[in-house]
Amino acid sequence: MFDYAFALSILPELLAGLWVTLQVMVAGFFCALIIGVGVAVLLESPVRVLRIISQSYITFFRQTPLLVQLYFLFFALPQTGLQLPAMSTGMIGLGLYYGAYIAESFRAAIGDVPRGQWEAARALDLSPSVTWWRIILPQALKPMLPILGNYLIGMFKETPLLAVITIPELFQTARQIAGLTYRFNEPYTLMALLFLAISLPTSLLFSVLGKKKRHD
Amino acid sequence: MTNSTAHPPATPLITLNNVVKYYGETQVLDNLSLTIPAGQKVALIGPSGSGKSTILRLIKGLETPTEGSVLVNGHPVGRNNRFRWFSSQPVRHEVGMVFQHFNLFPHLSVLQNVIEAPISVLRLSREEAIARGHHYLNLVGLGHKAQAWPATLSGGQQQRVAIARALAMHPRIMLFDEVTSALDPELVGEVLHVIRDIAHSQNMTMLLVTHEMSFARDVADRVLFMEKGKVADDGTPEQVLVNPTHARTRQFLNILTER
Repeated sequence: MFDYAFALSILPELLAGLWVTLQVMVAGFFCALIIGVGVAVLLESPVRVLRIISQSYITFFRQTPLLVQLYFLFFALPQTGLQLPAMSTGMIGLGLYYGAYIAESFRAAIGDVPRGQWEAARALDLSPSVTWWRIILPQALKPMLPILGNYLIGMFKETPLLAVITIPELFQTARQIAGLTYRFNEPYTLMALLFLAISLPTSLLFSVLGKKKRHD
Repeated sequence: MTNSTAHPPATPLITLNNVVKYYGETQVLDNLSLTIPAGQKVALIGPSGSGKSTILRLIKGLETPTEGSVLVNGHPVGRNNRFRWFSSQPVRHEVGMVFQHFNLFPHLSVLQNVIEAPISVLRLSREEAIARGHHYLNLVGLGHKAQAWPATLSGGQQQRVAIARALAMHPRIMLFDEVTSALDPELVGEVLHVIRDIAHSQNMTMLLVTHEMSFARDVADRVLFMEKGKVADDGTPEQVLVNPTHARTRQFLNILTER
């Protein structure tokens, strides 16, 4: 039933697909993190227009499906002249989508930093950027760690969607092997196991990190 | 600036002009005017809700007056927005403030708490800032706790770190907002002792909101009795605390001594 020799022969190809998946995931996650923190900070901006823009961004990307956003970025946007390689589009797509969720969570974490911390920073005449980077964000990041871990894994599990914009990630690779060989058992089983092999340790890592951070 | 150094008594260091302050619907300051010359140690006493802390918060720029103006060293203080404090440039670094709940930065060590602002605001080198940090931690008797985390310190120790942190900015004015109110009774003494030392050794202008009357008498050369957003009594500690002329001041002091 399960042909181990065949499974072994397609493993390098699947691993190459997994490598692509991991690259997009890590790059997309850093994108999302930067966007998330940036937007969360802008939500507290004294400039009203910036607050409205960042809130609209969050609403738009949270209220539309990731698949639709990817289609738009990859197929519609090039019509306006802005053509990006598939990998960059995937990275940006994941970043924009998850950035909206991370921003929303960061907003809550920032709100949980006691008011006294802002006042102490202000009493010392710390600049806004020092207040954010040295005082507020480090304290907001602590409760964010397990949440960020969840988003990272969530993002990893959404990567098969990138197949639709022709990125040769793990899902796409497995599907191509299945299509060419008419053997479904081995590629799809291996694919499932490879997904598990990444998400399980990652989730363990973040739960350990979260516990450790809570103790000190 | 040149004006005030040439004729120190001419420009009071702190001026409140007809200040009205509302928090929502509640009026906390009622057309209050006040001048404080440089070097004066002022104790603000009075029932809670009388506007004592609000005066301090206005001087630091943590609040904006609803009406009227607040001047420090001749410059208007503060906007309401938490990000506009750089627009009140001339007042920067001149006013230090210590809060009731210490507000130490919990993710930074004691020394890091003290040297953060001297490095990032005053642009001291790390070495200079550390030397200064140790100096002020020694001054408050906590030189040995430089590497400790705030959470491992007692309330009294945390408050003394907060005082060192404010002093490390070399402010001309220090504001103490009920700094012993959140402390266990046995820890109050150590904090008051530190403030008393500073008051007697430095030519700093100090405003203290306090409920400790003997401390006020000892440290202050002027006592303001606040009630309902107004200064109800204003004079030397002897005038206000020992022989209060106002019936309301007498009544307030009696309640305190009866406790």
